[in-house]
Amino acid sequence: MPADSVRIAPVPEEQLVRVGFVRSAFRRVEIGALIGAVAVWLLFAAVAPGNWLSVTGVARILDPASTLGIMAIAVALLMIGGEFDLSTGVMTGTTGLVAGLLSTRMGWNLWPAMFVALLFALGIGYVNGMMVTRTGLPSFIVTLATFFVLRGANVGVTRLVTEQVYVGGIDKTAGFDLARAIFNTGIDVFGVEFRSSIIWWVVIAVLASWVLLRTKYGSWIFAAGGDANAARNLGVPATQVKVALFMTTATAGWLVGMMNIVRLRSAVASQGIGQEFVYIIAATIGGCLLTGGYGSVIGASVGAIIFGMAQVGIVFAGWDTDWFYSFLGVMLLAAVLVNNYTRRRAQEISLAAAKARTEG
Amino acid sequence: MAQKQPLLEVRHVSKMFGSVIALSDVSAQFYAGEVTCLLGDNGAGKSTLIKILSGVYQPTEGDYIFEGKKVVLNSPREALAMGIATVYQDLSLIPLMSVWRNFFLGEEPEKRFGPIKGYDIKFAKETVRSVLGQMGILIRDPDQPVGTMSGGERQSIAISRAIYFGAKVLILDEPTAALGVKQAGLVLHHIVQAKRRGLAVIFITHNPNHAWPVGDHFIILRRGRVLGDYRRDELTQADLMNLMAGGEDLVKLQQELAALLEAPLGVAGESPNVQEVISAS
Ligand SMILES: Nc1ncnc2c1ncn2[C@@H]1O[C@H](COP(=O)(O)OP(=O)(O)OP(=O)(O)O)[C@@H](O)[C@H]1O
Ligand SMILES: [Mg+2]
Repeated sequence: MPADSVRIAPVPEEQLVRVGFVRSAFRRVEIGALIGAVAVWLLFAAVAPGNWLSVTGVARILDPASTLGIMAIAVALLMIGGEFDLSTGVMTGTTGLVAGLLSTRMGWNLWPAMFVALLFALGIGYVNGMMVTRTGLPSFIVTLATFFVLRGANVGVTRLVTEQVYVGGIDKTAGFDLARAIFNTGIDVFGVEFRSSIIWWVVIAVLASWVLLRTKYGSWIFAAGGDANAARNLGVPATQVKVALFMTTATAGWLVGMMNIVRLRSAVASQGIGQEFVYIIAATIGGCLLTGGYGSVIGASVGAIIFGMAQVGIVFAGWDTDWFYSFLGVMLLAAVLVNNYTRRRAQEISLAAAKARTEG
Repeated sequence: MAQKQPLLEVRHVSKMFGSVIALSDVSAQFYAGEVTCLLGDNGAGKSTLIKILSGVYQPTEGDYIFEGKKVVLNSPREALAMGIATVYQDLSLIPLMSVWRNFFLGEEPEKRFGPIKGYDIKFAKETVRSVLGQMGILIRDPDQPVGTMSGGERQSIAISRAIYFGAKVLILDEPTAALGVKQAGLVLHHIVQAKRRGLAVIFITHNPNHAWPVGDHFIILRRGRVLGDYRRDELTQADLMNLMAGGEDLVKLQQELAALLEAPLGVAGESPNVQEVISAS
């Protein structure tokens, strides 16, 4: 509660100097990702203009970008909160298998099966968060362990139950049609099929960005990642914030897992493995600092679009798809260098202003 | 003043870290509307004492009395809730966060948007600008990350925040260390403003030139004990300088060093003596 004794005198407007355009542009967290997105777009527009500049092209790019974007948003929130999660990729597979096995082998309706998969994901996220905050071990190590445990269990349990490494026939379970309609279906726009996962992605991006920038929880996330001890001293429940963020990445993994099984009509034991790095890369391209306390949900979404463009563009250009990962490596490095440069520029400008103020 | 009840008091407090005695039998009173300077050499126990006051440590022995009542603090949050705010050199602000987010961290103003509550950013920015403006800090851009501000400005923001949220006790651990003359002056200004608003200010410093102009009450610690507890009118600035520098030991040290200069080279025996004096001070 503010003290009543403090008078608040309004500062006359003319004293407020408008921040220069260049400075505010440099200050944008997402600037590196935006520059990267424009560069990649121009590259493929030049190399493969025919397909690239069509509505089909856009639909093809947004397809992989949507599920990746949902994951990158959750991962970005966690990274801003100062932690990593390497079990996000495998989580998309695990949740799919849980729902798939319960519905096809136990004869459950798909909806309760999906609900149990969600509880399972929340449990894993909670355990990740508690282990990291209780032990003080780096989240990189803790979630690496979770990743391997789940990776082994995915194959082990699936083979034990089905004697194969995938769970098929999910489309024959009760409740499948509704699940497909809700989670991942094709929507016809201008005669081109767009995935409905794109709508999920956009809604989640807007929601997550609102929470991050316009609620107190957003401030707590930045503070938990920036300096958890200082935040705690000021009464921010930094531990709970971090645990909640781990549960958020697990929930995103569940959502994407459900989108995958209703689309593929089956769950594959190897689903999502290796994707965890792709999510981290998208978030990093989007401006997240690996040390925490800084980043953007919108930037992470732009990072996901860059991935979508690279994946589809390489095919359109007729290049060998083997080069996809090399391309990503270069993109990552370039984006991080741009982010680093602009952040330093923005700080130098601010610091010069601070000096002029106190010493001038 | 002396017959008034102290706002905050410790009685016969001791603190052990294993076998290290950081504080032993320390008693001190802190009054509202006064600046108490806590002085002493490195390792004297100043930081340990303020960590007890701010709830980071619990004393091994002794009592903690706030507003006349004995209390036991288990965390800095409990101290903060009672109105005891501590500004550490670097621990109180998040460098990558903007001024307004930092200022309201943990006390965010909220606004209703239909059924949901959001951060009242407009209020936060305007308030930060006017509160800091009153303290003589002109914030042109509340979105500026705190890490890009000067050290003096950061201290000022942390102090203004404590005052704004109604702190009764303001503890400052070496807020003027590593600051230039002008910036240290700014922080001293804020200390006096806090005192005028009726806060009990506890100010740790190594610099007698910073302590003397603002202090009403000086407590000198040495090796975990109270060496002296003086009101301002009981001292001169020269006395204070002497006390902080180690008092009589300094005179002794000067004599020893003078003797060393006179002595012929290569004579063994005098250097251990000088060292003994230095380590004793
Ligand atoms: N956590 C701790 N564990 C063990 N010993 C400690 C601990 N904290 C402080 N001490 C010891 O207690 C004594 C007092 O330390 P303290 O930090 O309070 O001194 P100080 O007066 O603040 O010194 P400075 O001026 O250098 O900041 C020192 O001998 C120190 O080594
Ligand atoms: Mg100290």
